[in-house]
Amino acid sequence: MSSLAVASAGRRRKTWTWLYFLLPSLAIMLVFFIYPIILTVFYSFTNLALTGEAAKNLKFIGFDNYTHMFEDPTVRTSIWNTLVFLIGSAVVGQQVLGFLIALFMKHKNKWFRRVVGTIVLAGWVTPEIVCALCLYSFFSDEGTLNAMLQSVGIPEVTWLYTVPMITIILANIWHGTAFSMLVFQAALDDVPSEIEEAAVVDGATKWQILTRVTIPYIKETITTNMMLVTLQTLGVFGLIYAMTGGGPGTSTTTLPIFMYNQAFVNYQLGYGTAISLLLLFIGIILSLFYIRSMRD
Amino acid sequence: MNSKQRKWIYNILPYTILAIVGICFLLPLLWVLVASVDPHAMQSLKMPDRLTGNNYVDVLKNPDNQRAFLIGLLMSGGQALMVVLLGLLAAYPLSRYQLKFKKPFMLTILFMTSLPITAVMVPVYQLFLILKLYNNIFGVILFFIASAMPYGIWMLKNFMDSVSIELEEAAWIDGASVFTGIRKVIAPLMVPGICTVAIFTFSGSWGNFFVPYILLQSPERFPASLKIYQFFGQYGMADYGKLAAFSVMYAIPSIVLYILSQRFMSKGFSMQGGMKG
Repeated sequence: MSSLAVASAGRRRKTWTWLYFLLPSLAIMLVFFIYPIILTVFYSFTNLALTGEAAKNLKFIGFDNYTHMFEDPTVRTSIWNTLVFLIGSAVVGQQVLGFLIALFMKHKNKWFRRVVGTIVLAGWVTPEIVCALCLYSFFSDEGTLNAMLQSVGIPEVTWLYTVPMITIILANIWHGTAFSMLVFQAALDDVPSEIEEAAVVDGATKWQILTRVTIPYIKETITTNMMLVTLQTLGVFGLIYAMTGGGPGTSTTTLPIFMYNQAFVNYQLGYGTAISLLLLFIGIILSLFYIRSMRD
Repeated sequence: MNSKQRKWIYNILPYTILAIVGICFLLPLLWVLVASVDPHAMQSLKMPDRLTGNNYVDVLKNPDNQRAFLIGLLMSGGQALMVVLLGLLAAYPLSRYQLKFKKPFMLTILFMTSLPITAVMVPVYQLFLILKLYNNIFGVILFFIASAMPYGIWMLKNFMDSVSIELEEAAWIDGASVFTGIRKVIAPLMVPGICTVAIFTFSGSWGNFFVPYILLQSPERFPASLKIYQFFGQYGMADYGKLAAFSVMYAIPSIVLYILSQRFMSKGFSMQGGMKG
């Protein structure tokens, strides 16, 4: 570190060289990433649309999109659906299941571990649109699940219509759990076995060791993982769109799906960006929460 | 229940739960694998009466599919290459120079890596209309590069920090320029890091559906991810066997790259250890 500082100090003479190095990547990020975010803020205050009157004259309409948003019952449904999807698939599903798999796998037969681990990983490595296809055909009327149920005499259920939210939650669990599993496997391996052994000597039960020793020890990993998984789940579009299209009705319309429908089906780009901003806002709130809980 | 029974249950229970979880995860996957070699594939998992490779041959022979795969490769490959090149350049001053704005800059970069891309797609679409980049494959690549840049810079900067500066200084003394130093000294020592970033960006855009779905319009410019969706989204699932075969082939690069990255990363770390000695 010190040699680095000395060398860097020596190079401060060439004051502007750093800019040449940063310029290409900075330029491309500014144009295609940062500028769109600023545009989002700007457009959300306009009546930007692709068709109709508004397409010809772009007008600044103040907070109209936002007041419209909070009056729109579909927005409330979408926020609710997003939260249900988030908690069901990310927080409870991927996180808890990933943790349990990692926990149960510890000290188990090597081959058994490898087989189960590889199967779970396969769902993660598979692109989301293929996941959507696999899970769609699993849950569809003539799919594997109904075929299995019928073979034991249970009549078929139209899963994608009667419990669409559960199907997309399970799909996202199928797709994402491996990430949490890997994170928790690494974290659990880092828990020193002496601490757990000491607790055993003191007469603690397995449950007590888990809740009072192991979990507190990996607390930081849990919060980090939870937020990473949450942010990832917030943006999920393809999986839901391909499986249910946000339906039936609005029963699986999350914010990304609603945003897509408003901007690209109804061509209300201004309104769509206001919803984008709401999504970004939720992301930022959760990120801040994540950074805060890291500090504690 | 005596303690012996309890112990037995404790031993067997995790295996049972893991086995059930494994089967639940396996079934949807098994369908796509089996259907791809079944001449009469259906929507549910079933034993094929005979195996066939025809589904794969048909998918591969179709020029539309070949084009979709090539476009996908071009997009993801071009993106990965550019992210590594531009990322290395950007990482250099961030790793080697003392800059006042470095800390806030790195924090901004870190923050940008976790923003959901989904949220910026509407304005990006608008921007593409203005810049006349809509429905342009290279436009999609440009956006892919921009969106992967924060992650690329963050990772490459960290990898570069671990390359000792003495070797670079030795090269300067031998008359090498800064660029030659990066190319001949730093880059070779960062091969594991470069591969990690390249693999991550490649598989990220290879598996991405939303970005090309918004930014492209003509079916003849669709990459593989959109081709699959077109297959089962718009025209119904007529031919399950071919659809499954296409899906398997589309998933293979992601799987292979994941395995490679595992090998590479562990190899890379041991190699770095050797260098330090």
